[in-house]
Amino acid sequence: MFKYFPHTDNDLQAMLERVGVDSLDALYAQISESIRFRDDYKLPSEMSEMEVRQLFEKLGSLNQPLTCFAGMGVYDHYTPSVIPQLLQRSEFLTSYTPYQAEISQGTLHYIFEYQSMMAELTGMDVSNASMYDGTTAAAEAMMMAVSAAKKARRVLVAGTMNSLTVKVMTHYARHQNIELYALHIRDGITDLEELKTELAKGDVAGLMVQQPNMFGIVEDFTGFADACHEQKALFMMNCVAADLAVLKTPGEWGADIAVGDGQSLGIPMQYGGPYVGYMCCTEKLIRKMPGRIVGMTKDNRDQRAFVLTLQAREQHIRRQKATSNICSNQSLMALWVTVYLSLMGKQGMKEAAQLSYAGAHYLWDKLKETGRFQLVFDKPFFNEFYVKYDGDVEALYQRFTDAGFLGGVRLEDGLVFAVTEKRTKEEIDNLVKIAAL
Amino acid sequence: MNNKLYGNLIFELSKEGRKGYSLPKNYFGDYEIPTSMCRAEEAALPECDELTVVRHYTNLSNNNFGVDTGFYPLGSCTMKYNPKLNEEVAALPQFQNLHPLQPYDTVKGALAIVKLLEQSLCELTGLAHFTFKPYAGAHGELTGLMTIDNYHQSRNDFSRKKVIVPDSAHGTNPASAAVCGMEIIEVKSSIDGLVDLEDLERLVELEGPNIAAMMMTNPNTLGLFETRIPEIAKLIHEAGGLMYYDGANLNPMLGACRPGDMGFDVMHINLHKTFSTPHGGGGPGAGPVGVREGLQECFPFVSPYQGNFAVMMRAYAYILSLGREHVKEVGPLAVLNANYIKESLKDVYELPIDTLCCHEFVFDGLKDKSTGVTTMDVAKRLLDYGYHAPTIYFPLLFHESLMIEPTENESKETLDGFITVMRKIAEEAKTDPELVKSAPHNTPIGRVDDVLAAKHPITTYKQLLNDQN
Amino acid sequence: MAKVIEGLYYSESHEFVRVEGNFGFIGITDYAQHALGNVVYVDMPEVDDEVTAGEEFGAVESVKAASDLYSPVSGTVVEINEALEDQPELVNQDAFENWIIKVELSDKSELDGLMDAAAYQTFCEK
Repeated sequence: MFKYFPHTDNDLQAMLERVGVDSLDALYAQISESIRFRDDYKLPSEMSEMEVRQLFEKLGSLNQPLTCFAGMGVYDHYTPSVIPQLLQRSEFLTSYTPYQAEISQGTLHYIFEYQSMMAELTGMDVSNASMYDGTTAAAEAMMMAVSAAKKARRVLVAGTMNSLTVKVMTHYARHQNIELYALHIRDGITDLEELKTELAKGDVAGLMVQQPNMFGIVEDFTGFADACHEQKALFMMNCVAADLAVLKTPGEWGADIAVGDGQSLGIPMQYGGPYVGYMCCTEKLIRKMPGRIVGMTKDNRDQRAFVLTLQAREQHIRRQKATSNICSNQSLMALWVTVYLSLMGKQGMKEAAQLSYAGAHYLWDKLKETGRFQLVFDKPFFNEFYVKYDGDVEALYQRFTDAGFLGGVRLEDGLVFAVTEKRTKEEIDNLVKIAAL
Repeated sequence: MNNKLYGNLIFELSKEGRKGYSLPKNYFGDYEIPTSMCRAEEAALPECDELTVVRHYTNLSNNNFGVDTGFYPLGSCTMKYNPKLNEEVAALPQFQNLHPLQPYDTVKGALAIVKLLEQSLCELTGLAHFTFKPYAGAHGELTGLMTIDNYHQSRNDFSRKKVIVPDSAHGTNPASAAVCGMEIIEVKSSIDGLVDLEDLERLVELEGPNIAAMMMTNPNTLGLFETRIPEIAKLIHEAGGLMYYDGANLNPMLGACRPGDMGFDVMHINLHKTFSTPHGGGGPGAGPVGVREGLQECFPFVSPYQGNFAVMMRAYAYILSLGREHVKEVGPLAVLNANYIKESLKDVYELPIDTLCCHEFVFDGLKDKSTGVTTMDVAKRLLDYGYHAPTIYFPLLFHESLMIEPTENESKETLDGFITVMRKIAEEAKTDPELVKSAPHNTPIGRVDDVLAAKHPITTYKQLLNDQN
Repeated sequence: MAKVIEGLYYSESHEFVRVEGNFGFIGITDYAQHALGNVVYVDMPEVDDEVTAGEEFGAVESVKAASDLYSPVSGTVVEINEALEDQPELVNQDAFENWIIKVELSDKSELDGLMDAAAYQTFCEK
């Protein structure tokens, strides 16, 4: 007997009889004895709820919570209390992919709202229903660019992109005969002239840049979209979603595809996932976009209804000709960001971004005052910045950790600090005190 | 749910000047974001108070159907119960608030969970190492194929770009192969629904040195155990290929058989299927990939951190709750439930392969098709009775496929209820076919016009507004 | 019974060619449009694109299926049927009338490798 198995002895007897076998074991009669597993699995003995709780609490106590001043693609933004409550509703949590539209209007409806909001945030025409995360979304965009190009199989990436993102893209490219080429880092940003030189070779399907870039710098992409389009290449931007509330959008920069991670939209850091990847593009490219898409239509009672559409592109129909192999989205996380954007709204998003910006620049001013830090690249940044230190960086980082801070991300000889609206003036002042020692 | 009152889009409930958030004041001083960095137009996001948002999404949830609502006999999806204890532990702040780039000695608890889960999965599958980087099943498949490709390349064997799959395979298999730069070749199924060994021998003879792997699931998509798996594995290994196990159908194997023992070298597991993590309306899941000893060097880098860590926590809590005593009962009970339904309905639904099945089986529509009632119609009519439809029109081997998988959590009463309704619908198909063909009638909406949706896609609120003008 | 028209050339992937001088009008057959169901989108190449016999030049999408289009002949695209951009369902209404691309043929001998109406009819019945 076990709480997840309802079968009583009577049930078992009646059911075995209906099936025509005399034991549960006989249900596997066709499996050859040579591969049949009859041992006990070497797993712990069953644990009661209380024991499971205790174990996780014990393991949790082995983690050290740190006040987060790190970013590099994952940010400690505030999660409104409403969200976890709504997300625990079992009709959202325990439902399947909305293939049966008639009983899945809840899911389809929020995905439509999610698509609308992401398109707004990125300034693009359309969005898909979400992807796994920002790095795989970038890889998918890379494949989309190559598929949209006639013969070009080279994709350029800015050298200022997060190296983890580029690593994922590289591994995908390796098996697809796609050549990934990284443009150089010129004083912390991407050089238009170098881009033009590469484009002129005529074999480029697209360029991807990151905004803000890995150093937190907000780059000036004037001329980039035009240069790409002249050579029939796509211009793709990988942006931190929350920052788009105020920053110039991929749409405004003339991008064809916008991808990134939506983790900064109130999703907790959770030691790596689940997050949510977003992908938006121009109307022209909608049929080349991987992933699910929800569309609006009518039902046979003339009511407004939502349904998965353009499915002919997807794996279950196109099979090897599918635009990608992606089978799911991160639906629940898409709901997370949809509720987040509904609560924060137009004004809240701007305010949070302004607080992040202010906090980061306040931190930089205070670090500058110690006289021991310098910006590696003297360029405008948003809420993340890259500094070098005139002492032992490793020791400094350890001092931060010992004092309960995640003192940025180590990058070569320096540190990249990020500040969000969650960081208080007091926390920043304390961090600076450690830094000044 | 009252569609008229609460069927609005959140944008339609928005009103300028409302706010649903509270942020601290700016204590940092005057730091203006330079206009040159800024977007010209604001994002047209909603402006709503907190209650409006809560009501809106609460009402949306009432239009949905989850495992907690009712029976979900979706073949190949393993819609089992999602234990609430798992939700509780996954939300513990000591894990939720960890940045993935924190120093290793500050995340020892998290790393321990990764290690313990890996050990458990190795024990259950008979493989030696797991990577948790894949975020979903399809992602896992891709990762597995990349691992195989990396393996052949590391041995300077560059000609192996073909993957054999049974003709009953799931659509993700060929799609994943294509994303990995490989080509699919199909092997036929014989009349008993299993891989045709002779046809396989022919393919191996033909393609030998080009074969990277054979990709299959066992039990297969018809719910039948591939009894000839030892011969199949031998054939492929002798040709120099590897064996890949699609873990979608792992559930019935818990307590019966291990993919490693069957001869598989690489596999992915769907934590959201076999290990009870919630489907969430289409994600997040997790698709860890396991390999036999020696192949772990070939894992590709398909995501930056540990994968969907919070999903992994749920899976581990599930394994701990079951313990070694009950994990081995999962398979047999799931198989019993499936066979029970099959035996109870095979007189009114067409059973193309009448044999003992594993955790799922396929009907080829109604036995009596004279009134023109299709599998689609039966599926829609089931919704009226409060059940989620089974998987329809897959696998492609039969024209009117109806794939049913009841999982081990469902009681005899639930199954009996489902059987009664399925019999009723078969009866309705004879006596009142129009009722079935125009179903569903009791759901919030009726059948949708998906032709309109595909021809004239409206996928955002902005497009809707433009369309209305 | 699907419609088959005399005087046209047919491929095994259910495309047809109607030859007029040095040009060929290419589309899908009635059999194909019936199998696909309601056509919602036709993915066409651009004018001046090259097509090669046996290779893909576009696709036809319905709600439940998507079919690649394989050119029965080689040549250069001189015209595409723009009406199909807004009204893809024309393909269902009359597949033979509503061709997809017009091609300037580069090698008329390729037509010898295609089926005539009778052979295609037999092929479909199999």
